Amino acid sequence: MFDDLRDLYQEVILDHGRKPRNFRRLEGANRVARGDNPLCGDRMELFVNVSPEGRIAEAAFQGRGCAISMASASLMTETVRGKTQAEAAELSGKFRELAMSGVCPDCGASLAGEMERLQPLAGVHEFPSRVKCATLAWHTLNAALADGAEERNATSE
Amino acid sequence: MDGHFAASDAGLDVARVREDFPILAQTVRGKPLVFLDSAASAQKPRQVISAMVRCMETAYANVHRGPYYLSEQATDAYEAARAAVARFLGAADAREVVFTRNATESINLVAHSYGRGVLRPGQAVLISEMEHHANIVPWQMLRDGHGVELRVCRVTEAGEIDLEDLSAKLADGKVGLVAVTHMSNVLGTVTPAERIAALAHEAGALVLFDGSQAAVHRRVDVQAIGADFYAFTGHKLYGPTGIGVLWARAELLDRMPPFLGGGEMISSVTFEKTEWAPAPAKFEAGTPPIVEAVGLRAAIDYVSAIGMPASEAHERRLVDHAMRRLSDVEGLTVLGRAQDRGGVFSFALDNAHPHDLSTLLDRAGIAVRAGRHCAEPLHARFGLEGGTCRASFGLYTTVEEVDTLAEALTKAREFFN
Ligand SMILES: Cc1ncc(COP(=O)(O)O)c(C=O)c1O
Repeated sequence: MFDDLRDLYQEVILDHGRKPRNFRRLEGANRVARGDNPLCGDRMELFVNVSPEGRIAEAAFQGRGCAISMASASLMTETVRGKTQAEAAELSGKFRELAMSGVCPDCGASLAGEMERLQPLAGVHEFPSRVKCATLAWHTLNAALADGAEERNATSE
Repeated sequence: MDGHFAASDAGLDVARVREDFPILAQTVRGKPLVFLDSAASAQKPRQVISAMVRCMETAYANVHRGPYYLSEQATDAYEAARAAVARFLGAADAREVVFTRNATESINLVAHSYGRGVLRPGQAVLISEMEHHANIVPWQMLRDGHGVELRVCRVTEAGEIDLEDLSAKLADGKVGLVAVTHMSNVLGTVTPAERIAALAHEAGALVLFDGSQAAVHRRVDVQAIGADFYAFTGHKLYGPTGIGVLWARAELLDRMPPFLGGGEMISSVTFEKTEWAPAPAKFEAGTPPIVEAVGLRAAIDYVSAIGMPASEAHERRLVDHAMRRLSDVEGLTVLGRAQDRGGVFSFALDNAHPHDLSTLLDRAGIAVRAGRHCAEPLHARFGLEGGTCRASFGLYTTVEEVDTLAEALTKAREFFN
């Protein structure tokens, strides 16, 4: 009945959705942001530890949400580890494109391996009402890394 | 009305009803559409659609303004709609019916005009845990802007209004208004309106019912209930969007100051002073929803021709069937088990988030709502902050559609395992 939904709910997604990685508070995180999707009640708190050299030493999150949003956050925390802030921002932009259009034309140029890992989420582009579920974690990351923001909150809107 | 529903027909000929709703004939993603989101907004029968088209093609002009033929025609149609609403609600007089944009605006009207105009700081408004945000937020705004206390009556585990708690919260006599739903849009619970009204009145409070769902599923008689205010919305009653109703006892409307200011609602204007028109015009500033009123009237005619006994019997059959079928789905929690329940079911699967579940159901052609259905506090009350999926029934819902839902839920659980 739902076989054609395996594109959206690939095994990787179901696995990360059920057992999200880095799902915890990160004590001593120096960047924290909250992400909200008011429409469906998805909510997450993202913890990032940025090293003095400006690299993401570690990222973790807590929250609740659908399989897509949990899997996306889980994959994100794995992918951005060890990246510079500029690289994280680049990934964020490329991921957005991937989620909205299903493809990422300039992905071969840089960070190709990272984008490869995020590829399982490309299926959401066929489900306009679900794109926000996939991008919430990345919006929250942008908010966490933004300069000088006192209140670091992101919404999917 | 073409009277193609025999009044003596105790059961409802659903196949016949479905023919009246053009939208239901379509397939979605290759599957026949199973529309189970009528509580959010119902589909429209041809009778409503064509009444609105006919109005615009033959009898449309602004109302209460032009001293010419078409304007008189439109005004008559608009006022006839008001009279039809009055009959539908068992109101004593059509002048007690105010047209608004939707139920939300009706409640805001009361919160503003009665709340600020009549209630005094220090008095309280009592709502319940099972309210739609439309019957929570306007009272919070009143609390914050006018110094009125906001009290919240508990809901029992079964999903019913806790009448003991209601009495306790009325006991000090400070409550000026009880504002509660007549039927929950999440639990399907039909509340004991008469009893609530009696308790409110004994404690010296007035009572407002949010009838957005109840007006669709139950016969409403505002006088028999003992209501003071009754709000509902056209689009859930198979009518168009953009029109809602506030009914209030005439004496209350007379005492209340206007809500919005502008044309239509005045009897004389100078720059120094304006005199209000009498109710209901006092509360209908600006050009009203004329075509929508005609559509609402057609919708009322439509449901009246079917008759509440037939539609309630149909609904009872669907509800009993759904209770049975849904309780057979492994891992499914259904919210609420009220004695008196209408055709609304909110549920959660143990291994799927409601959002994921609704995406799957959509693949099977089934339209359900996912989220918290504008009732966040109620979901918190039942420990379901992540929300639920909701299936809700209409006149056109079939027993087979309930089966389709139950089968899809079982398959969805397997999918996520
Ligand atoms: C119980 C209840 N109250 C109020 C509303 C608000 O209706 P509307 O959005 O038409 O104002 C709804 C529907 O959304 C409802 O189900």
